[in-house]
Amino acid sequence: MKKYLKIIWDGISPANPVLIIAIGLCSVIAVSNSVKSALLMTFSFGLVLIPSEIIISTIRKLIPDEIRVPMFVVVIAAFTTMSVLLSRAYFTTIYDVIKLYILLIVVNCIIIGRAEAFAYVHPVVESLFDGIGMTIGYGWVLTAIAVVRELLGKGTLAGIQVLPQSFQPALIMILPPAGFLMIGILVGALETYLRKKGDKK
Amino acid sequence: MSFSHYLVDLAKIFVSSSIINNIILIQFLGLCSYIGLTDNMSSSIGMSFAVIFVTVSSSILTWVIDHWILIPSHLQPVLQITSFILVIGSFVGLVQIYLKKASPNLYKAMGIYLPLIATNCIILGVTFINSMNNYDFIQSIVEAIGISLGYTLAMIMLAGIRERLRNSDVPQFFKGKAIAFMVSGILALAFLGFQGMIK
Repeated sequence: MKKYLKIIWDGISPANPVLIIAIGLCSVIAVSNSVKSALLMTFSFGLVLIPSEIIISTIRKLIPDEIRVPMFVVVIAAFTTMSVLLSRAYFTTIYDVIKLYILLIVVNCIIIGRAEAFAYVHPVVESLFDGIGMTIGYGWVLTAIAVVRELLGKGTLAGIQVLPQSFQPALIMILPPAGFLMIGILVGALETYLRKKGDKK
Repeated sequence: MSFSHYLVDLAKIFVSSSIINNIILIQFLGLCSYIGLTDNMSSSIGMSFAVIFVTVSSSILTWVIDHWILIPSHLQPVLQITSFILVIGSFVGLVQIYLKKASPNLYKAMGIYLPLIATNCIILGVTFINSMNNYDFIQSIVEAIGISLGYTLAMIMLAGIRERLRNSDVPQFFKGKAIAFMVSGILALAFLGFQGMIK
């Protein structure tokens, strides 16, 4: 059990797909301007990543090495279709805003990367937990950025007014440029932290 | 719709896709290659040419598949993603094999970027945008050209700025990739000024 918890923890912090490995940034910047879209994006992302890892790990011994990437892509595309149809059916209003990014989960580097680096060489149960860990890791970074941006840009959280009416929202925070600025500050902070850590050793 | 209206419409699509809704700075697609390859000018130009070529040809291919196969057979919602990505992937592979054999020079200039493109979100993104907006054949091509030229514009701008940044004194905190993100934030701010140009 401890082994599985460690796999989940790896995804949340030491090998966080967004922060440490710095892949899959497109969707992080694009949907982080409101908490609702961030949550829907995390939901659809998990719905694709977890089952794809399970299926790929199940059939990993049947896949010839040369055509493994096309096989991954077909599996991932099938689950992306399901997740798109589900989001369209149950979360229509948010789906209409971010549908392009949900469709593009199919080429998200994190999912292909995890399929190649983890599911292809690990048994089924470990892949399941890796999927859960990576989804949580992706989700918390995305939601944390979204909370800051929505709070400063609109004064609301998931559409509910949180800051007092007298607060003048900084509209720039929910517009595209702030996404780049936030990620820039985040990457800078992270690299500074890693550099300091490296100096100590 | 008369012919002149149609032309105006095409011009609107072109300006909107290349500048107003710039694929990188406003829509955030293709950031991996945008940050990863702009370290030097020649690789960003090579990548841009490869993107222009693949975007236009794959939007032609997927338009044909969408309108002649998927829509008539009512399979569009179920099979669109899978068929698009497979067609684009195999097309890019074919082009790479052909270029290697037929024109080694062109392959050297653009071919090494082709494998990167197969999983680039821009190519697939363009095909989805075309199909979401129900563009006809010519409109899809114009949209594809506009988007890839917008991509080229953003790539070359960032590559130029990063060449200058190499000789300038960047604060310790922003060294490396962080400054590229900050610069693109400011570029995006500038591009935001085009919003509302087309009503």
